[in-house]
Amino acid sequence: MTSTGSRSSSVADAASVRQQIPAMGDADASSVGHEPPFFSTRAIVLPSLVAVMFLLFWDGAVRLSGSQLFPKPLDVLWGLVELAQKGLLIKYVVASLFRVTWGFTLAVIVGIPFGLLMGSNKLVQEAFNPLIQGFRPISPIAWIPVSILWFGVSDAAPVFLIFLASVFPITVSTAAAVKSVQSVYLRAADNFGLTKFQLFSRVIFPASLPQIVTGLRIGLGIAWLVVVAAEMIAVNSGLGYLIIDARNAGKRYDLVVAGMVLIGVIGWLLDLLMRQVERFQTVKWAYGTLHD
Amino acid sequence: MKFEDLTPAHPAVLVRDVWMEFPRKQGGQSVPVLERINVEIQPGEFVCVVGPSGCGKTTLLNIIAGFLNASRGEVLVEGESVHGPDPRRIVIFQEGSVFPWLNVSANVGFGLSGKSAAERDQIIQHYIDMVGLTGFESAYLRQLSGGMRQRVEIARALAANPEVLYMDEPFGALDYFTRFKMRADLVRIWQQEKKTILFVTHDIDEAIQLADRVVVLSTRPATIRLIMSVPLPRPRDLNSPMYLDTRDRILQALGMSLQNGIRPDAG
Repeated sequence: MTSTGSRSSSVADAASVRQQIPAMGDADASSVGHEPPFFSTRAIVLPSLVAVMFLLFWDGAVRLSGSQLFPKPLDVLWGLVELAQKGLLIKYVVASLFRVTWGFTLAVIVGIPFGLLMGSNKLVQEAFNPLIQGFRPISPIAWIPVSILWFGVSDAAPVFLIFLASVFPITVSTAAAVKSVQSVYLRAADNFGLTKFQLFSRVIFPASLPQIVTGLRIGLGIAWLVVVAAEMIAVNSGLGYLIIDARNAGKRYDLVVAGMVLIGVIGWLLDLLMRQVERFQTVKWAYGTLHD
Repeated sequence: MKFEDLTPAHPAVLVRDVWMEFPRKQGGQSVPVLERINVEIQPGEFVCVVGPSGCGKTTLLNIIAGFLNASRGEVLVEGESVHGPDPRRIVIFQEGSVFPWLNVSANVGFGLSGKSAAERDQIIQHYIDMVGLTGFESAYLRQLSGGMRQRVEIARALAANPEVLYMDEPFGALDYFTRFKMRADLVRIWQQEKKTILFVTHDIDEAIQLADRVVVLSTRPATIRLIMSVPLPRPRDLNSPMYLDTRDRILQALGMSLQNGIRPDAG
């Protein structure tokens, strides 16, 4: 009844969850809390096959073209090994993650309370919404010159950019989450005589949490996109810096692509981490229900 | 000598000359929904309100519960005028308001924040057992069937120890067999707990099966067509002549008969 489908997990995920958890009637008392297995054979074999085919195609295409600059998959692997041996791999990954952590955390600290306020107070919503909608379409990349002007070539510049990029989706989705809390929950809460604070902490916040988490996922994804872009210009460490530096210093395209691979894998892992949050019972209730 | 012994007992719920009209969207005339509603419910009584779909039953319940203000008239509970919802009178909503982010225990204990943990746990278990959800304490809403969800809702309401329960077609979305079982259980719980219950339904059979008295509403604007006692012993035999007679009289009051079928405008 609260289902809006599989909001952020894929349709296939939702379908498999439905199959795995047995539907329970009034008489069936035995099967509360069955979890579907996280990995299945099909979920590993099929994507691996596609990935291997992609690597083979890549390798073949480079060989056919006879390019001296563009690396084959194995060249990229050796590039990664070289980075690891020089101690740059860990250093750059940590540098990028450090900036994302700061920028994203600041965005959460500002975005969630402000979104809650906007979602629950019509006046605040009406006053601030146009300004926010005006800021949102400005690409974080467009802010790079401004952030260099304000923060110079330091960690503060990319942190500021990440904050800017992720604070809007977090704020907007939090506000939307609060506004979409079903009125019957609010009336029930009212009936039980909750104070304004209790109404917030015991009903509005938990009811909005799944959609807030979705907003956080989007925000973190954008944050990761932006840190790489910011590091290309404003700093001298991190994965974005690695890409630009490897190209400028000797056209090392094996290291360029190695940087790209790292960005892709780490971004994917960050998203998987956020997906784990969606598996908590306090959040999971909204992603697909059994009896709807 | 005790003075309170001399004061006349108030009815549990007194609906006094309630009228309701909703303003029409684009100006114009307002829409009358309820007219001249007078109902008196005694403490411990089980009263059903029946009427055709869309006649204003839910509106009436919302006014009695304090979620809506009547255009005219007033509602008194224990002699006190109602100006809003109150934990002493819990509504069981048609659409279900069990919180999906809490498990069964936490839902049932929702209205018990003032109590000690031990006392809470004891009350929670008592009502979970009473509604037949023993073993499902840590289940979440999405793991429960429709009937079980309504059981959680009823347990949550009872745990808050209200004087009155307002129930708005609580079994409307359930299948025939579940509904049947839920009614029987509700009567048993009502007999145990001795709560005053006002139960809204469009199902005449349901009303006769449950109620001490049935209030029959007309189509919109709803007026009271008939208030009739159902002096049948419980558990009720749905084939007894008296049961069938009661049903016929309610149908008659609504201008329907089983021979001629349902009114053409029935929803």
